[in-house]
Amino acid sequence: MARGLWFLSRAVGRLRPLLVQGPTRGFSASAPEQLHVCVVGSGPAGFYTADRMLKGHEGAQVDIIDRLPTPFGLVRSGVAPDHPETKIVVNQFSRVAANGRCSFFGNVTLGRDISLSELHKTYHAVVLAYGAESDRSLGIPGEDLRGIHSAREFVWWYNGHPDMCDLCPDLKNTESAVVLGQGNVALDVARILLRCKAELATTDITDYALDALRGSTIRKVYLVGRRGPVQAACTAKELREILGLKNVRICIKESDLLTTPADEEEMRNSRIQRRVYELLSKAASAHGGNNYNDQKELHFLFFRRPTRFIPAENGSTIGAVQLEKTVLKGDEVTGKQVAVGTGEFEDLKCGLVLKSIGYKSLPVQGLPFDKNRGVVPNLRGRVLNSESETATVERGLYVVGWLKRGPTGIVATNLHCAEETVASILEDDKKGVLRPPSDSKKHGRTGLLEILEQKNVRFVPFSGWEKIDSMEKMAGQLRNKPREKITTWDGLQKAANE
Amino acid sequence: MFPRISRLGARLLREPRAETRAGNLLNSGGILYQGHVNRHSTPVVTPTVLSLRNVLLSTATSGDQDESSQAKDKISVTFVNKDGSEKTISVPIGMSMLEAAHENDIELEGACEGSLACSTCHVIVMDVNYYNKLEDPADEENDMLDLAFGLTETSRLGCQVIAKPELDGMRLALPVATRNFAVDGYVPKPH
Ligand SMILES: Cc1cc2nc3c(=O)[nH]c(=O)nc-3n(C[C@H](O)[C@H](O)[C@H](O)COP(=O)(O)OP(=O)(O)OC[C@H]3O[C@@H](n4cnc5c(N)ncnc54)[C@H](O)[C@@H]3O)c2cc1C
Ligand code: FES
Repeated sequence: MARGLWFLSRAVGRLRPLLVQGPTRGFSASAPEQLHVCVVGSGPAGFYTADRMLKGHEGAQVDIIDRLPTPFGLVRSGVAPDHPETKIVVNQFSRVAANGRCSFFGNVTLGRDISLSELHKTYHAVVLAYGAESDRSLGIPGEDLRGIHSAREFVWWYNGHPDMCDLCPDLKNTESAVVLGQGNVALDVARILLRCKAELATTDITDYALDALRGSTIRKVYLVGRRGPVQAACTAKELREILGLKNVRICIKESDLLTTPADEEEMRNSRIQRRVYELLSKAASAHGGNNYNDQKELHFLFFRRPTRFIPAENGSTIGAVQLEKTVLKGDEVTGKQVAVGTGEFEDLKCGLVLKSIGYKSLPVQGLPFDKNRGVVPNLRGRVLNSESETATVERGLYVVGWLKRGPTGIVATNLHCAEETVASILEDDKKGVLRPPSDSKKHGRTGLLEILEQKNVRFVPFSGWEKIDSMEKMAGQLRNKPREKITTWDGLQKAANE
Repeated sequence: MFPRISRLGARLLREPRAETRAGNLLNSGGILYQGHVNRHSTPVVTPTVLSLRNVLLSTATSGDQDESSQAKDKISVTFVNKDGSEKTISVPIGMSMLEAAHENDIELEGACEGSLACSTCHVIVMDVNYYNKLEDPADEENDMLDLAFGLTETSRLGCQVIAKPELDGMRLALPVATRNFAVDGYVPKPH
């Protein structure tokens, strides 16, 4: 099938230069001229970009490549298993993939199977949407001790990302886990550790993670934040959910809830901060009535920053986190309240640490990259050749999603982000920047298939993912789960080629 | 099956007003659960419940109706698109604005199909008098509104606004995203 497509589109590609017709091209009612677009990454940013591109330009041919055999990025590998409603968006993305002008090429890694310059030569526009697949580090002593993981790794593990299915975090040697950070991802991992396993069993969590969690001895989870309850980086929705967990006692120090005039000011200006603070105050005063023996505890630790990881007696695994007490000071430049250390320290014993202090994007060869911010410098989605004031635009190169804005925001944020990037592409195309009449060498899909064949890369088309999908759903049915994810590279490839 | 049904029940109590487009497709009561499970790639509880609700609704409103009662069964709602263009549609009582928009090809997003998990169905009620005729948003709706783009004093989630007679003539605007993602401190010069 791939072959047939190959010849057909090659023929179209050859004809294309003959069809160039002045300023109306791409908008004429008859055969609109093709605009070849490659989107790298099939998460929300990639799919929303494809959707807006297809709607915005009748001649757009959009190819989405992803390094995994499975599409949807963090909707599959990030969003928590107990958030099925958030994943409904894949229905919409699947409709995009079903569009005749859109193709999915899974199992194709930018930077390994294909280079940026190859894509650049093949497509009129290349949109980078490959997310943020690395972690910020704290840069404090002991960060390499066993039992310390980034939240990203832990999340990929329980969600069955094939790169992390072997993580095997030890949940059995301790009763305390420390989560560094208080954003939504921190709340996700804390909730997964604490949630009653019978509830988790009916989600799409991987079976090995469920087993490990069933055997877990962790009873106390500490959520550590450098600043106070007014500055907690989570959303009310996630907070409300974790505060309402069955059989979990919420522990918040009342004294941490005292606010300063600066805090009050922050809350006046931010509806979300105000509502998060209100939820925390309510939870602090609720003092859960009945105390069961097996009750678990969730501690919110505010005004603390980690300064050192202390090994256990064996010297190689984590035994405690040293925390420094902080106070808030107004930053003179930004006006924001920042946490500064007080020189007062305490040790918090634990056998597991999950660092949830932020994801970070990875650079690829030939792509301008802002190392400080971990994003690609851009102007409304147009890639800039540097982050300096005199930067110029890289023709035909765009960025969207976490790679463009940094690792924040919800799925919907990527929708608006994609609209901005697509608007830039359409504007550039109208100006004739993307398809100068002299340039007829961009064959799009035909060219991509040629390169993949040359390099012997076996890509997984969307129909391959649909096979994986139905196998997973079938396996899930047997266990009363929505799906049982296939979690190894081998398994995924086999399923796709069934 | 039992745990699933009781979960459905709990949901029904918590989110009695939610509606979905997906739900509307599944209106044959008997195969509800099965059909639903197959249709979604992630099993989602809400749409099923909602389809139940739709079944009830459609039986309640079906049958012979004369002109006047039909007029009462529907209200007129005007959507103001991002580009300022307008479209007036008639919406059956009991239907959500999200569903109504989709049935009429209005570009209102509904990423989570009405299960209060996305905020993409954000609409702005253009007249505060109409806004005041709506029941106050539930905590869960407010949680999602926190994250909506271009939030205003009269913002609501389209999937939670259900047509009722008092809302006849209401005007809803689709929010225009104004935020510039490129800006975070500096704006380099384009060349
Ligand atoms: C743990 C977690 C939980 C979350 N929960 C929620 C939630 O409940 N609700 C919500 O609204 N939002 C949630 N989010 C946020 C949401 O997932 C993100 O906003 C969104 O996924 C970002 O989209 P993206 O497309 O930029 O990146 P991603 O979703 O990460 O997609 C990037 C894609 O690029 C691919 N890729 C990476 N490198 C390459 C390469 N070299 N070549 C080819 N392909 C590559 C990846 O495989 C991936 O498919 C959560 C995020 C995390 C981390
Ligand atoms: S459609 Fe998702 S919140 Fe309304």
